[in-house]
Amino acid sequence: MVRVKQKQIAELVSLGKRLDGRGLTDYREIQLEVGVAGRAEGSARVRLGKTEVMVGTKIELGEPFPDVPDKGVLTVNAELVPLASPTFEPGPPKEDSIELARVVDRGVRESKMIALEELCVEPGKKVFIVFVDVYVLNHDGNLIDASALAALAALLNTKMFKYEVKEGEIKVKPGYTPLPVKNYPIAVTFAKINDKLIVDPWLEEEQVMDARITITTDKDGKICAVQKGGYGHFTTQQILEAAKIAKEKAEELRKLVVKG
Amino acid sequence: MSQKKPEKSIDENDVRLDGRGLNDLRPIKIEVGVLGNADGSAYIEQGKNKILAAVYGPKEAHPKHLAIPDRALLRCRYHMAPFSVEERKSPAPSRREVELSKVIREALEPAVFVEYYPRTSIDLFIEVLQADGGTRGAAITAASLALADAGIPMRGLVAACAAGKVEGRLVLDLNDIEDKGGEADVPLAWMPNLNAITLLQMDGSLTIDEFEQVVNMAVEGCKKIHGLQKETLKAKYVAVKEEVEE
Repeated sequence: MVRVKQKQIAELVSLGKRLDGRGLTDYREIQLEVGVAGRAEGSARVRLGKTEVMVGTKIELGEPFPDVPDKGVLTVNAELVPLASPTFEPGPPKEDSIELARVVDRGVRESKMIALEELCVEPGKKVFIVFVDVYVLNHDGNLIDASALAALAALLNTKMFKYEVKEGEIKVKPGYTPLPVKNYPIAVTFAKINDKLIVDPWLEEEQVMDARITITTDKDGKICAVQKGGYGHFTTQQILEAAKIAKEKAEELRKLVVKG
Repeated sequence: MSQKKPEKSIDENDVRLDGRGLNDLRPIKIEVGVLGNADGSAYIEQGKNKILAAVYGPKEAHPKHLAIPDRALLRCRYHMAPFSVEERKSPAPSRREVELSKVIREALEPAVFVEYYPRTSIDLFIEVLQADGGTRGAAITAASLALADAGIPMRGLVAACAAGKVEGRLVLDLNDIEDKGGEADVPLAWMPNLNAITLLQMDGSLTIDEFEQVVNMAVEGCKKIHGLQKETLKAKYVAVKEEVEE
């Protein structure tokens, strides 16, 4: 990016303004669609400005982890597919996609969004595995919030097949049930530019930022996951300020996904 | 070696299983200059954690296309030995290790004057030999000393430790049992010279007030660790000086 623009973005932020006219704590326009992938058990597509993320969920039967034999398994994976940005390359997942997946995963897991104990069919032998696959389609900054929102919407949209266990055999019954959802985690990401915090950085702001922090809060306003990224640093005051803003912003975002 | 989870991790007098109070760090032992081949190295024992950190560089960046024209490329590999945990860990890097390598690098880079060594790479290798909770913190504490031991100019040392919530109480420096059974874990890295938090993560569940207290607790813990780091570095140079004078 040209230096003039970098300077312009940074100078505007110190004046409390942004290049695209937003306030420092405003999100870009958010569009949400669910049920966009017919073959998936659940799916959602989130557009956050020009950032676009699709999430599909699949459910399979499998074995539980030996240390938690009575719980279903949740796994989150993220793909930064090459069509989403000139900087993404094909190949095995690199640290950026692994971090993205793990931050989304932490929000869902630590808020206890899905009651995994209800996904156990036979302790130690058979449980349901919920695969959450984050597919970034267009990268224009703040992939974490867009992915977390899409993952939440896709999980709420997920339908599980009904089943019964007869003599150790699993029989699929007609009809579907939703996942046992108990919580609604929302990630809110801040960038630090010129010692100021801005919400929902777009790509060019991310290229200027010193550091980034994501704070995920649950439906009760409790913090369930935090991740600092980038080469800069934060003061304690900035982090506490971010936590308070994150809670307010999460309430706004939650209304978009969770109706009623 | 199997550890049975006791019913309570903290008794009614606020004493933890290993005898510590809520605000106590585990015993910490640090050494620098422990490896012959590395440009800088450090070893830390924090409770049952045993971690080695080594720095190679600044040196020519390989492959060359990774070199950055105006600063050094800082690379970090956090790796756990297969025998460092209860169940053998595959030596192939796990997703957790890839993420930790990234956040550790980002915790240390604010401290290093990378702009002094354009087009070079500084490679940092961290090997966890024995793990008992809070390894990323101990790894950062050791790695920042290894960087200093390599003579790389820094804005200051980085100290790190975790604080969290176990059985409803806020505690400093969680060990493995407390981490697994606890309600929240907040690893944090702190640079006293800049009054800056350079790593912050969290998993679990905390109210904003609890989060604030936990962050402050971890910062206090880091201040103590920073004191130990300084002593360790000074002790090394005193030893070298004595050798020269003899």
